[in-house]
Amino acid sequence: MHRVSTDMTSMKKTVTFTPKDVKHIAKLANIPVTDGEEKKLATGFNSVMKVIDQLNQVDVTNVELTHQVTGLTNVFREDEVDEERMLTQSQALSNAKHTHNGYFVVDQILEK
Amino acid sequence: MKLNQLTLKQTITKLRAKEISLKELYADVFKEIEKINSKLNIYLAIDKKAIEKAEKNIDKPLSGVPIAVKDNFLTMGLSTTASAKVLQGFMPPYESTVTKRLKQNGGVVVGKTNMDAWAHGSSTETSDFGRSLNPRNPKNLPGGSSGGSAAAVAADICVGALGSETAGSIRQPSAWCGVVGLKPTYGRVSRAGVVAMGSSLDSPGPIGKTVEDCAMIFNHIAGHDKYDATTAVKPVPDLTKALNKNIKSMKIGICYIDHQKLKKTLVDKSLQKAAQVFENLGACVDLIPLSNELKENKILNPDFAIGVYTVVQRGEVSSNLARYDGIRYGNNRSFFGDEAKRRIMLGTFTLSKGYADKYYVNAQKVRSLYIQNYRQLFSKFDVLISPTSPGFALPIGASKDNPMFGELEDMLLEPSSISGLPGINVPMYHDEKTNLYLGLNIVANHWEEEKIVTVAHAFEQNTTWNPWVK
Repeated sequence: MHRVSTDMTSMKKTVTFTPKDVKHIAKLANIPVTDGEEKKLATGFNSVMKVIDQLNQVDVTNVELTHQVTGLTNVFREDEVDEERMLTQSQALSNAKHTHNGYFVVDQILEK
Repeated sequence: MKLNQLTLKQTITKLRAKEISLKELYADVFKEIEKINSKLNIYLAIDKKAIEKAEKNIDKPLSGVPIAVKDNFLTMGLSTTASAKVLQGFMPPYESTVTKRLKQNGGVVVGKTNMDAWAHGSSTETSDFGRSLNPRNPKNLPGGSSGGSAAAVAADICVGALGSETAGSIRQPSAWCGVVGLKPTYGRVSRAGVVAMGSSLDSPGPIGKTVEDCAMIFNHIAGHDKYDATTAVKPVPDLTKALNKNIKSMKIGICYIDHQKLKKTLVDKSLQKAAQVFENLGACVDLIPLSNELKENKILNPDFAIGVYTVVQRGEVSSNLARYDGIRYGNNRSFFGDEAKRRIMLGTFTLSKGYADKYYVNAQKVRSLYIQNYRQLFSKFDVLISPTSPGFALPIGASKDNPMFGELEDMLLEPSSISGLPGINVPMYHDEKTNLYLGLNIVANHWEEEKIVTVAHAFEQNTTWNPWVK
């Protein structure tokens, strides 16, 4: 989907975005965007990618990934109900725009 | 002197000695709020009944003092929006761990402060409810994302504040507003009940008038929380015991002075003067040169940290903000502002199939290099110092149409943020003409908040830059 240009000197691939690419990503992210926005967003993404692409200069051979900076691993707890953090039904529904008989109302997704 | 101008320490001391009353204190705070809040747009929500809560809390460690809280902390009874229209009118059905602890210890949430929407930015200009202005000079921005909290402290419309930092969001607005901001080690302060942004980075922390004030607030909010599995099971140091300590023979490394953005600027000069202050106090100060590779006795170029932060943060944002569907609470996804849209979509791309390895995995590897680099440096140095921001607070409109504004303003803080290190900002220069400040950033190894407080306090006590320390 992405137009990929190859810089032969470094063999690093740089991604550039077209409004069509933006439309596809917007669909994946479930973000409504207008035609005018797509163009503007594509330009913005291309300038951000230039900054990100600086990372290609760094040699990361044999380097492991970091997901957790302070080194915690496998933090478990007992599988028990904690009533202290439970919400009542009315609390859970208190911020919903549309409710019906104690349920959240959602948009219809299947055709009749 | 008006009582709202007192520091947290002074306020508590005078309340206990009955030299002042809560009624007088809250009257002065609310008088000032009335006077300036509509002009500077600092509080989004105010608890007009704060005094009633304060009166019930006078016997507790924080004595009922009014605290300003960034609008991304869930607070029962006060709306929480993270300055985003998606959450307009949201009334939290539960309390964040940090504000719960603050209240249990006698702090009173006097109001919720404006911020960049979802904490995406370094200016407060991306707030869906309008920008805040810098109380030191309202032609300028307060910085961000905790801009409202830093501004509330600077404007004396609270005695202390809470902010949160992902990369610079406590320290940078503190620098721009001429106040003190402490970013704790990642996992030292609970994220439970804080609107999530970059989950591997987010660190709530205090913003105050003095180093001592920040130390006092930290003591009451930090520590393991069963509702945040990334908080460490470690005893919390009493940071007030790290004050008034000798820094003789402490090893201090100066960073980024040779970065092209700083060379021969006022920021560079101020940092050198700050280093001189530490030398005069008997510390061993050494310059650490910049490097583009992992090399001993050198510090990795912050330019790469911008890339790491951008990839990691956008990715985590796209995942965290996926939950806003407008069904259970809030408005639907068409209510996202431009900056949130940009970040969600770019994160969606860099995590998508075929690109995750190239971007996300690669960034997490470079992140490891920063952590290794710091590990080497902290085997030789107690703390590292640098400017907080590459310059003074910028004028209104500065962030407009710049999708990388925050990243560039926070470039000197991103290396320590992506590594999860604790850091503190203290004022290190004041410009008489514009009334704006420059900040000094002091960073230490994981869990060593005591060291940064010791060094920051020594600097504050031996310079004249902090307006509350005379």
